[in-house]
Amino acid sequence: MNTQIVLILAQDGITNGAIYALLALSILMVFSITRVLFIPQGEFVVYGALTMAAMQAGKPVRVVWLLAAFTVAAVLCDVWVRYRRNGRLRLTLAGSCTLLYPFVLALLLNRLPLAQLPMPTQALLTLAIMVPFGPHMYRLFYQPIAEASVLVLMIVSIALHMALVGLGLFIFGPEGARTTPFIDYPLHVGAINLNSQALLIMLTSVLLIVAMHQLFERTVYGKALRAVAFNRLGARLMGISPVLTGKAAFSVAALIGTLSGIAIAPLTTLYFDSGFLISLKGFVGAIIGGLISYPIAAAGAVAVGLIEAFSAFWASAYKEIIVFTLIIPVLLWRSVKHYPIEEEE
Amino acid sequence: MKSRRLMLCAVLLLGIAPLVLPSFYVTLLNYIALYALVALGIVLLTGVGGLTSYGQAAFVGIGAYTTAVLSTQGASLPAWLAWIGGSPWLTLLAGLLLTMLAACLLGAMTLRLSGYFLPLGTIAWGLSLYFAFGAIERFGGNTGIADIPAIHLAGASLADNRHMYYLIWIFLLLGMAGISNLLDSREGRAIRALKGGIIMAEAMGVNTWRARMIIFMIAALFASASGWLYAHMQQFVNPVPFGIQMGIDYVFMALIGGSAQVWGALLGAGVFTVAKQLLQDVLPRLLGETGNFEIVVFGFGMILLLQRARHGLAPFLVKCMPAIKPRMRKLDPNVAALPRRIMPNAGEVVLQASDVTRRFGGLLANDMMNLSVRAGQIVALLGPNGAGKSTLFNQISGVDTPSSGEVQFLGQRIEGIGSRKIARLGMSRTFQHVRLLGTMSVLDNVAIGAHMRGTSGVLSAAFLRDRREENRLLAEAAKQIERVGLGPYMHEEAGSLALGQQRILEIARALAADPCLLLLDEPAAGLRHQEKCDLALLLKKLRQEGLAILIVEHDMDFVMNLVDHVVVMEFGKKIAEGLPAEIRENPAVLDAYLGGVE
Repeated sequence: MNTQIVLILAQDGITNGAIYALLALSILMVFSITRVLFIPQGEFVVYGALTMAAMQAGKPVRVVWLLAAFTVAAVLCDVWVRYRRNGRLRLTLAGSCTLLYPFVLALLLNRLPLAQLPMPTQALLTLAIMVPFGPHMYRLFYQPIAEASVLVLMIVSIALHMALVGLGLFIFGPEGARTTPFIDYPLHVGAINLNSQALLIMLTSVLLIVAMHQLFERTVYGKALRAVAFNRLGARLMGISPVLTGKAAFSVAALIGTLSGIAIAPLTTLYFDSGFLISLKGFVGAIIGGLISYPIAAAGAVAVGLIEAFSAFWASAYKEIIVFTLIIPVLLWRSVKHYPIEEEE
Repeated sequence: MKSRRLMLCAVLLLGIAPLVLPSFYVTLLNYIALYALVALGIVLLTGVGGLTSYGQAAFVGIGAYTTAVLSTQGASLPAWLAWIGGSPWLTLLAGLLLTMLAACLLGAMTLRLSGYFLPLGTIAWGLSLYFAFGAIERFGGNTGIADIPAIHLAGASLADNRHMYYLIWIFLLLGMAGISNLLDSREGRAIRALKGGIIMAEAMGVNTWRARMIIFMIAALFASASGWLYAHMQQFVNPVPFGIQMGIDYVFMALIGGSAQVWGALLGAGVFTVAKQLLQDVLPRLLGETGNFEIVVFGFGMILLLQRARHGLAPFLVKCMPAIKPRMRKLDPNVAALPRRIMPNAGEVVLQASDVTRRFGGLLANDMMNLSVRAGQIVALLGPNGAGKSTLFNQISGVDTPSSGEVQFLGQRIEGIGSRKIARLGMSRTFQHVRLLGTMSVLDNVAIGAHMRGTSGVLSAAFLRDRREENRLLAEAAKQIERVGLGPYMHEEAGSLALGQQRILEIARALAADPCLLLLDEPAAGLRHQEKCDLALLLKKLRQEGLAILIVEHDMDFVMNLVDHVVVMEFGKKIAEGLPAEIRENPAVLDAYLGGVE
């Protein structure tokens, strides 16, 4: 192994690690605000990438009909809950707008020459389809049992992941897909070839992490989210709605997942079922951070990317084994560090 | 004995099934039983113990691959291993042993951590092991290992699925019987306390970490046995059925059936397997595409189940057929009473707290507290809300460790040794916020208190070798329940009692441990006048028997007419100490309670 290979592997590792770090932060955020271990995080990556690929290949964007189904179900749920409460069947203005959105979007997608659009527009359209999935998922699957234990919420996550994988197969088909790079501009620094797309990913990742930090530290909404993460009941007593914060957390998770998918799609071929492993590598990062610390989680996720890249070179058959066994010394270290006798909820 | 007749019918039906059913259905029944054996472990783990594992399929794989390698590759194995392949029963043992080692290692790492690290950890190692099955050369990669010999039993080959059927179902029925026996025993109560009763169980002397380890181990061993049966039934293994998807499916089976009932595992495995078979036939035809679309139905179905009927299908079945409700425990009035502890002599110092200080950051919750309790004495700890009484209780009972100072119990220093060991020394307590297992009977709840006075383990419970001791424990629990006046409620669910009665129940549980020091945290709160009088009488009687009692209470009348000695706290400090009559006149105390007397 020479320096050249080390640098290439490091670039690969850091690029993937940057994506895992984004996912780890998103997983951590969703967990601290809603106590949901959001395993379907990886499905957003895959759906985002495959939607973008479908647009570029000139295929119909079928996923928008799934959004329509989720939207109708979510709005109906709200109407039903209101009917049960005050006996009136009524659709609010906000409800009607929400209901119209996917159909307007579908019309738009049908009319636009998707394959000829500039890539940033394609990316924006992909986000416009994918991000609303976040709040609808929270409404439909998690909100009715928001007070359940972490374990029950996790089972819901796994069930949702399964359903989304099956739906992904139906919507996108079994073939993998790759998109055209955003920028293809070979960079030479000394003897090293830098992949410009990889640099773009790292940049995006850093920007998003900074943006998240700003959101949580500087804005009232961010502070409200943090308050819920810190003390749910207390935040609720201060008039912070748990439903709203839940939906907000899931929207951010959807945004981050989809962006990650759009960013990574030119470098890796993704299949309908690739989401699980991607998401779990984010989880490994989050677990390294003890499901508490954001910086350690991000660093852990980058480490996961690096270890993955180097073990792919040395022992490619054992790549996944090495990555997922990594979690064991981490857990061991955590369990030696403290032994609280605590009550599970 | 309606339920016994029902069971007999079921077993009879199972017995003739392979003689009359076509071979397809026999194979289906075989799969259902194989899955149910794994799901049974998850019922114990998730439904009873409150832990979850998505990695059970990997343990199935360990069982299957162990026997596959040992029984087909004897020629290329070193001699010290090759001989095991001679008999499938030996390979079963080898598989179980290997599984036990793996479970031990994984359990030691994850079971001490918060509940959600375990399921995440199980996904990770489930994936690792699955990839390992595919990557290790000896395991034949993704093509797997073929030509695994059939099992021979008493000279007859079990190569035919109809014959294998009996072996598989015997394994399952034995497993179910063993688990239901276990749950109805001393260790079983400790296991059932894991879900929401860990602090209480530790205070009753239960080693909750060990209990978690036990159920984790049992679940892993059941999975491994299922893998062994599977390998010899199929006579072929490859990595696919040991992947994470199968691990998730096993959890779903347990949840569909109802993870709190032993037979829920069988119900769930049955419903799941049949539904999967049907969906795999129907869905591709409906959608016009091939692919495993049944996971969409299972995914959304599971979410709906968790939202609407979190306890699975079993409760509905129980409602339709009351005969399958668990029977009430019969008490044997003639068993010998449990041996009792040698009590300290009256007047001897039992508990001595010296200069106990507890800091929470900048807050001094206990500041140089001194306190002693003698055998045959009732001491009251008084003070306004937030004075630090409960904190001091926690320092004494080992739930918390003092920042400085020492606590001596029967002449032994106990700070930092943990509530379990302290309980073993003879201290027992009640909790300010009652900690009961609401769905268990009053009798079972109190019997947890007597946990330390028995010794029967898991195996003797599973094979019913513990019944003599078990009867003595239950008789002791019943005695204490009668003593505190809850006799009529003995077989009710503890959660259905009024709050005052639940507090009394906690006293009975504490007494079942046969303590020499009793810590009572606000025992009279929520009691009616007559109940308070009865409680005072009981405590006086216990004092006569030589018990030392430390009590936190707000009801002045109750305390002043009962106790021998009063300690008053405010802001973490002791402000007064003495006889009840003196305390009543103490200006500092009046100041603290009434805001000053001008």
